[in-house]
Amino acid sequence: MNGRSEIRTWVSPNWRWLRGWLSQASVLLLLGLGAVVATQNLSDNLAMRGLSLGFGFLWQQAGFGIGFSIISFTETDTYWRVFAVGVTNTLVAAGLGIVFATVLGFAIGIARLAPNWSVSRLALVYVELVRNLPLLLHVLVWYNLLVRAMPPPREGISVANVAFLTNRGLYLPAASASNGGVVFAALVVAVVVTLFWVYAGRVHQYRTGRQRPVAAVSAVILVGLPLLTALTFGARFRIEVPKLHGFNFIGGYSVAPELVALVVALAIYNASFIAELVRASIESVNRGQRDAAAALGLRRGQMLRLVIIPQALRVLIPPLSNQYLQLLKASSLATVIGYPDLMNVFAGTALNQTGRAVEIMLMTMAVYLAISAAIALASGIFNHLTRIVEQ
Amino acid sequence: MRHRVGEIVCAAAMAALLAVPAAAGSNGTVDAIKKRGEVVCGVSTGQSTGMSTLDNKGDWQGFEVDFCRALAAALLGDATKVKFAPLEFKVAFASLQSGAVDLLARTATWTFSRDAELNLDWAGIYIYDGQGFMVAKKLNVSSAKELDGATICLTGGSTTELNLADYFRTNGMSYTPIVGNAREQNQQNLEAGRCDVYTNELGGLASSRTAMKNPDDWVLLPEVISKEPTGPVVRQDDPRFRDIVYWTLATLIAAEELGIKQANVREMASSSDNPEVKRILGTTGEFGAMLGLSKDWAVRMIEATGNYGEIFDRNLGQGSPVKLARGLNRLWTDGGLLYAPPFR
Repeated sequence: MNGRSEIRTWVSPNWRWLRGWLSQASVLLLLGLGAVVATQNLSDNLAMRGLSLGFGFLWQQAGFGIGFSIISFTETDTYWRVFAVGVTNTLVAAGLGIVFATVLGFAIGIARLAPNWSVSRLALVYVELVRNLPLLLHVLVWYNLLVRAMPPPREGISVANVAFLTNRGLYLPAASASNGGVVFAALVVAVVVTLFWVYAGRVHQYRTGRQRPVAAVSAVILVGLPLLTALTFGARFRIEVPKLHGFNFIGGYSVAPELVALVVALAIYNASFIAELVRASIESVNRGQRDAAAALGLRRGQMLRLVIIPQALRVLIPPLSNQYLQLLKASSLATVIGYPDLMNVFAGTALNQTGRAVEIMLMTMAVYLAISAAIALASGIFNHLTRIVEQ
Repeated sequence: MRHRVGEIVCAAAMAALLAVPAAAGSNGTVDAIKKRGEVVCGVSTGQSTGMSTLDNKGDWQGFEVDFCRALAAALLGDATKVKFAPLEFKVAFASLQSGAVDLLARTATWTFSRDAELNLDWAGIYIYDGQGFMVAKKLNVSSAKELDGATICLTGGSTTELNLADYFRTNGMSYTPIVGNAREQNQQNLEAGRCDVYTNELGGLASSRTAMKNPDDWVLLPEVISKEPTGPVVRQDDPRFRDIVYWTLATLIAAEELGIKQANVREMASSSDNPEVKRILGTTGEFGAMLGLSKDWAVRMIEATGNYGEIFDRNLGQGSPVKLARGLNRLWTDGGLLYAPPFR
């Protein structure tokens, strides 16, 4: 009896230690085995079909055109360039989608809590209507609206004869300036000075309890300094207005209807979810905080900005970053309307031209993974910075 | 409890990985088809009038479809033993490579690099086509040389995409491509005015024209900017299957040349004095057995679908809404390119 209980006390802590290590090791072993089996399967399957893996195709000439790209692209560029075009086009669509969805989502989320009955009901109707329809439907509806309801280029809707709305997209005047570099430098200086002024104003307010006219002075600096520089150095602004030539408008900036439809659909759809997240996070802030802010005499806007939203953010950030990840992945619906994103132009066209399915899919997966990881990391850092330090 | 869950997850993951070993030896597409009892045929998505489409009774119709039926009749003795897999062009080659379909009978152009790099084989050419342009009549364009600056609809991943880039570059013109996944998407974009021009193989364009709201509003430009030989595509792993697919096509062509038709094939099998007809239809010799087919394989095939000319006429030619001229797809005896090797 005595001996057994001694053994038990001797074994027990070590066994736990051992069990911990064993379970870690077995998980790793299984993962490793899985990876080996998967790789073996892949190479066996490829060998049986007489296919091989290799990334040499990336340096071959693509030989096809791409309808819309942020970075320049011609038919003689390589598949690597096609990849780069796909990545930037995806980033642009998802990035614009995230910005607009966030702005719209915040507005609607706050509107849902507005004291005005009709405003809050309207926001509720928006949320319920939009989030219960599939995203694919949103994308197709917006695309068809843009392409079918808008007139062809030769009958484009003109805005003061400088911007044109057609079923080929939106044509905007492009501005450029000689001496643009100096003006840009002045703008940078103005931004730095403004930031400093804002900071100084805060410090002043903290010390004395008095506010300085931060907004007005900032506006004067931001507009005045670049303008003054432009006048001194004689910068000449040139505005290139799009002109109808042959089949289409040329000159100026043009935004493809595919991009507009995709961004609008992504923004409107995801805004309905973000609105609910914003509402929930604001409601999660203790009522006492609101009462205290009201007791201090803060206006509704000040109360939201200074008291409620900083506390709501810590609840909001994790689900919001999830929503951003959803939006990023959903941007691949671009392929149904022919917007040349990564899925369409690289995992679609390039894949079919080269037949390199495994390599291209691996690269595509890596890109989505990397962007998702970057979003998660950024939200983690932001969450860390805005966390509330409990006393 | 947590450990338990972890173990179950691990076991499940292992099982899943182990359960996907190298797919059963794909040597023997023919054996696989016979065991399965049906041919899995990759065709164009079901809205390509003349090539592959679902009629209002829910039956598949079209040139590609009939070729698949002829193959099923030759191989299994029954033209209905086909499963049609409508494939967008983007996924067509990958589907064939991975074994999801036995063959592609859709418009897939035979090119050097596809043949060499995709590890696939073209088992002959069933349509000699070329790439052209369709534009709205009201644009008053009479030649492809006037298309500088145009917005052009096309299908992603196709040879038309590459030919178009070459053509515009050599002629010093610019264009904006609008890439669709399937023919119907391009047709819709063209109809809506998203693009000025739709470029595709002439056969495809002729059929798309019939699908437009008002076909008379659209014209085909005279330029043909490429050679687009299309035919059935198979994997390179079963040479016997490639032979069977090729001789299915060759027999359909020879049948037209020899006057063997859907209506008279039984009669010719029993009464014809032409030695080649007798060999094809299995009245003499053991030609079916040489390919592992039944003695009367060609009879069953032609009885099911008719000869090449009948298939073309019914789906693409004068007997169809497409009204495509035979052009290069006439028999060599009529000045075309269709030519079957001898049955010896």
